Amino acid sequence: MVSLNSYLILGAILFTIGSVGVFTQRNALIIYMCIELMLNSVNLTIIAFSRFLNSMDGHVFVFMIMTVAAAEAAVGLAIIISLFRNKATVNVDDINLSKG
Amino acid sequence: MQLLTFYILAFGAVVSALLMVTNKKPVSAAMSLIATMVFLAGLYVLLDAHLIAALQIIVYAGAIMVLFLFVIMLLNVDEKEGRMAGNTILLQFGAMVSFGIVFIMMVGLVKSGGTMLVFGEGADQFGTTKAVGKMLFTDYLLPFEIASILLLAAIVGAVILAKRRIDDPDQRSHHSGS
Repeated sequence: MVSLNSYLILGAILFTIGSVGVFTQRNALIIYMCIELMLNSVNLTIIAFSRFLNSMDGHVFVFMIMTVAAAEAAVGLAIIISLFRNKATVNVDDINLSKG
Repeated sequence: MQLLTFYILAFGAVVSALLMVTNKKPVSAAMSLIATMVFLAGLYVLLDAHLIAALQIIVYAGAIMVLFLFVIMLLNVDEKEGRMAGNTILLQFGAMVSFGIVFIMMVGLVKSGGTMLVFGEGADQFGTTKAVGKMLFTDYLLPFEIASILLLAAIVGAVILAKRRIDDPDQRSHHSGS
């Protein structure tokens, strides 16, 4: 029988991989994908806890997180498109408009 | 049997996540992320979350990743754009943060005394579309409606951010030219 611990460890490993990607990748699109991976790992943790506690409230939470992720992807990709139109790059090292 | 399935799915998810993070090409990274999401959907099925597993495939692997691939192909980024962090300070910082997270995880595991929290018997109709839907339309009706407003706001925001300005000089010259 699989225990709750295994799911929590898997969620933590996936979250860590996602955060490593955010720090090492320079392509804004791949950084977005890493953020999606981190959101997914949190979803896995919530679902595992929901099953463990035998309550379905966690499923509704995951549903809401998916909605927010979809909205975030739409707006974020629109930002990347307009950035690419102005700076002709998606490399985050070359995008420093807010730098004083 | 369940243990074996869990290990296969978990291994697949971790390997494809690592492939995504180490990839330089956005398209291959997106494909690896889709694989990760499919493996996670399998894990949701193991956890009796059938509706969420279906939504994971339809919404995440289907809609969101297709949007990503659309943008990647629309922008047609050079391969050199996708290079990894050149400066070692960032890499060291990333390594430090990741080891920190793993360390915190290990501390939590040791503190739990190594007790294995085993899942109990699932409730009747746990995680089915009917049960989750009933919950969504009774207890969580207001958050559900607010989510629809959030999506509407996101659509409007995306259109406004990505559209070309009407007084764009390029656009105007193009119009007068034709």
